[in-house]
Amino acid sequence: MTNKIVIDPVTRVEGHGKVTIHMDDNQKVEEARFHIVEFRGFEKFIQGRPYWEAPVLVQRLCGICPVSHHLAAAKAIDQIVGAHQLSAVGEKMRRLMHYGQVLQSHALHFFYLAAPDLLFGVDGPVEQRNIVGVIQQHKDLALKGIKLRKYGQEIIKATAGKKIHGISAVPGGIHKNLSRKECDLFINGSSELASLKDCIDWNQEVIDFMIDYHKKNKSWIDSFSVFDSNHLGLIGEDGALELYHGNLRALDSKGRAILNDIDYTDYLDHFEEDVKEWTYLKFPYLKKHGPQNGWSRVGPLARLNICDHINTPLANERLEQYRKFAGEKIINKSLYYHWARLIEMLHCLEMIETLLHDSDLQSNNLIVTGKRQKTGIGVIEAPRGTLIHHYEVSEKDEITRCNLIVSTTHNNMAMNKAVELVAKKSLEGQEKISEPMLNEIEVAIRAYDPCLSCATHAMGEMPLDVKVLDSRGHELFGRKK
Amino acid sequence: MNKLSKNTKKINILLDGKEVEAQEGENIVELAKRHGIDIPVLCYYEGMGECLGTCRVCTIRWKRHHVSACTLKAEEGMDLTIETEDLKDLRKALIELLFVEGNHFCPSCEKSGDCDLQHLGLKLEMTVPRFHYRFNNRSINFDADKILFEHNRCILCKRCTHKFEDDNGERVFAFKGKGSNLSVEMNIERANGLSEELVDQVVELCPVGAILKKGKGFDRPIGKRKYDE
Repeated sequence: MTNKIVIDPVTRVEGHGKVTIHMDDNQKVEEARFHIVEFRGFEKFIQGRPYWEAPVLVQRLCGICPVSHHLAAAKAIDQIVGAHQLSAVGEKMRRLMHYGQVLQSHALHFFYLAAPDLLFGVDGPVEQRNIVGVIQQHKDLALKGIKLRKYGQEIIKATAGKKIHGISAVPGGIHKNLSRKECDLFINGSSELASLKDCIDWNQEVIDFMIDYHKKNKSWIDSFSVFDSNHLGLIGEDGALELYHGNLRALDSKGRAILNDIDYTDYLDHFEEDVKEWTYLKFPYLKKHGPQNGWSRVGPLARLNICDHINTPLANERLEQYRKFAGEKIINKSLYYHWARLIEMLHCLEMIETLLHDSDLQSNNLIVTGKRQKTGIGVIEAPRGTLIHHYEVSEKDEITRCNLIVSTTHNNMAMNKAVELVAKKSLEGQEKISEPMLNEIEVAIRAYDPCLSCATHAMGEMPLDVKVLDSRGHELFGRKK
Repeated sequence: MNKLSKNTKKINILLDGKEVEAQEGENIVELAKRHGIDIPVLCYYEGMGECLGTCRVCTIRWKRHHVSACTLKAEEGMDLTIETEDLKDLRKALIELLFVEGNHFCPSCEKSGDCDLQHLGLKLEMTVPRFHYRFNNRSINFDADKILFEHNRCILCKRCTHKFEDDNGERVFAFKGKGSNLSVEMNIERANGLSEELVDQVVELCPVGAILKKGKGFDRPIGKRKYDE
């Protein structure tokens, strides 16, 4: 008889999903599935809308990283209006917005969603393992986390018009610049806003905390949800970490190139998506390697794996330290995502600093146009990974087709793999599921910071429901929260 | 427009029980505004000439009847009721009806922040409509070169059909159909002949996001739009 355990819904991630674990007669895990049970359909209802609405409409599929969708769509629509090279202010304002976005999203994930597990332990008291517990027990850390996130949010507001669902990235550029006074406010801070230097210092402190955490928990981290995979992301021309614009690179688990810095507008030549009947989330993979071997991890871990270096000094120093600690360039350990995320935050703060001192931000040459074309493809490194927007537009300005491959979608196979590994380790031979066991599965998923709303183009919180089913699909027992 | 004229007879009328001086024939919306009372309007705009009276958002009470203030002219001895809870609620209900009849897609509308309907919804503290959405199946007309007509957002106010002409004095927009099938049709040939200036004018004339200039999009930052504070 096969048993099946279902975790529904999964908590402290963005969106709603569930986990089912199929056990065989010997209480061995036969298969684990991470189901995404939401559906939204943005690719369909953007059809028939005017092309210039895309950056503003499609970002509504998420409230966590709408800037990423806003900018990926804007990059695609730039191609529609023939703006293949933006003005300096257009490009730099968008970059500033994007670094603010990655900073706030990573801060949200680390301090609000992941920190409770790290501070109180996977099996810590459940009533404490949340952001409120962090505030009560680690007030200083929580406050710094909140202020770091706020800094990113304020950057977004200044560049996009508002913190969530801004409107400033328009076809061919941006509709506003940033005054010297506004830049100085972000550099020096105010009674309401931390200074840039404080943010960098706090970020460094948290990285030190993370190194200490890794030292203390090395054996667990080095054995928890570790598996080989490919790693995918954008890359700068010189091999530097790149979050806004570059070519697509994928390396295998040993660091061998399997996608060699291709122009992302050729993505259809290289990618396909597999579907399963039990989830709305698709499974993208590299065509030439097939669905079984062609899938990749994306996001902070993958980005730090594929890059040769980081072009900001403090973050690059931290990257070298991170690789040295791990003892390898290609890291396949899921829990390193958290550390990688903190290094990216530091990189964003350094990039923000460079941009805030750049007088191009005060230029009025906001928008460029060129020869119209029918296809537009925009790719960006969203906080959670590689985000692809693809639009087809008629001569009369109507969007006729849309394809979105969202960061979390790339990580779909990896999350399933992570759940399976943890289930095999923790649940085999058990007759019931304890809360820590449940959380261990969530910790594996949470490392990827999945945004299930984006991935299926749906929204909502993500509680967790686990069910154990027999070979005939009958529920034996479960646990819900 | 009801300009005050030296030759017009001065009269006295009551606005919410308070006696005020008016000129005979003066537009009640303008009169009330002059005396510090802001009657919400949607199809009406200052300087429009003959009022349309289509939206009824300016509804007030006179002689125990509901009347539209924009089409009402001042007469000696008028006793008008404007600011009561039931009238405010009635106006709010009218706005709600306009929202449920169309598919306004405010989050992605480039007129957001400049839209008179959205502004009234906020001003009258509409949070959610009390009526069911009708989910009418409407389309977008992409056929003109410079103008996009978004039927989902059209509130049939008649501004474009009755108050806009091209350089030859010809109307570009007209009503088609009856009852619930009533819609505004755009003459594509005449629309294509419009100058950029006239296109801008008709886009500004439309109180909602129904008539849009192609490619204009979200051209102004938040904070610089008509209704941004």
